[in-house]
Amino acid sequence: MAKSQISMTVNGEAVEALAEPRTLLIHFLREQLNLTGPHIGCDTSHCGACTVDLDGKSVKSCTIFAVQANGADVRTIEGMAAADGTLHALQEGFREMHGLQCGFCTPGMIMRAYRLLQEISSPTEDEIRQGIAGNLCRCTGYQNIVKAIQYAAAKMNGVPFQEAAE
Amino acid sequence: MIPGPFAYHRPASLREAVGLLADLGEEARPLAGGHSLVPMMKLRLATPAHLVDLGGVKELKGIRGEGGEIIIGAMTTQHELVGSDLLATKIPILRETALVIADPQVRYVGTLGGNVANGDPGNDMPAVMLCLGAIYQVTGRGGERRIPAREFYQGAYFTALEPGEIITAVRIPVPPSGHGSAYEKLKRKIGDYATAAAAVVLSVSNGKVATCSIGLTNVAETPLWAEEAARIVIGSALDAASIKRAVGAAEAITSPATDNRGPAHYRTKMAGIMVARALARARDRAGG
Repeated sequence: MAKSQISMTVNGEAVEALAEPRTLLIHFLREQLNLTGPHIGCDTSHCGACTVDLDGKSVKSCTIFAVQANGADVRTIEGMAAADGTLHALQEGFREMHGLQCGFCTPGMIMRAYRLLQEISSPTEDEIRQGIAGNLCRCTGYQNIVKAIQYAAAKMNGVPFQEAAE
Repeated sequence: MIPGPFAYHRPASLREAVGLLADLGEEARPLAGGHSLVPMMKLRLATPAHLVDLGGVKELKGIRGEGGEIIIGAMTTQHELVGSDLLATKIPILRETALVIADPQVRYVGTLGGNVANGDPGNDMPAVMLCLGAIYQVTGRGGERRIPAREFYQGAYFTALEPGEIITAVRIPVPPSGHGSAYEKLKRKIGDYATAAAAVVLSVSNGKVATCSIGLTNVAETPLWAEEAARIVIGSALDAASIKRAVGAAEAITSPATDNRGPAHYRTKMAGIMVARALARARDRAGG
């Protein structure tokens, strides 16, 4: 099948590459752009490890064709830290609150939480749990992931983070 | 998993989309949100030679009120349904239902048109559309026609759509103000299809049910409109005896499959319980 020219903005940079129409966005990112932050977990749109931000939406990049993202603005975990290496508030939150163990789900969790906090700047615990319902973690039991997102929300809002009583 | 090869088309207008689907024939499939189709393609259960992506067709987007109806473009996403103030005010059952479909990422992409057109008995919106008396606006090369949702579903993945036709919009008569509604869905986990689910829209006058409509999800090959169950509660004060009879009437029309959500008789009973809960919650929310 003929390849088509696909161009998009990824983490602020214009990129162009040839891809077959059947190339999934996750394969395009990982194999053609060498962005291996987005992970392939289940490959069936359940686990959320492949979540990236696409035109202001959190999407599972294993269930979208790269060609559908032609012209889009995409952000992956690689685009979260500042150029000087300063971590994004979410990355810092996951480190400080022990929001990861094996780390496999973390890029998807952070990209999903990023969009969630764009839409709801001070989410309740329930809103966070509903908001990350499409991301599975098999290590943490989610408690520390929720805290990590609360930490990031507080930091982004410029208020001190208060860990809720157990 | 990588889908089979296909040619990709991205029409910019409805006319172009319908023309492409007509020209390409049975080898082509329309692509809406793709969150049913793409997984099927990855499993090679679907191997279309052509995909006609409706994502660039602006006419298929948007939610607007017109007369006594709300018209929702087929490519409107579940996320957009959730965020619509117009729907939250006029037809809140749509927001409630959209929020129990899949997960946030899928809702950003999955569309109302895809959900109702696919004919998957597990999808949640079709039963809500039966309940609301929605009309599907359909376009093919031969022109436009309207199909009542209650006449649309013929079997699992088998609908009244003719080859080359697509749903362009869903037209929903706005229920009376002061109506109460509820969508009760039993599922094993977030993102799952319903073990059984029930949609209820009713209105109350002088303490009695004045109007009522009930839809059932995933307890037959098609979504079900539980006409008899609704008739039983109309005129009643939703007393225990009426609810029990309505539940019996709803259970009687189900024919669920035994699957890993449970044996058939369990799913039938759960459909009844969902009906009872949805009736009670809709009653609590109704004025009058």
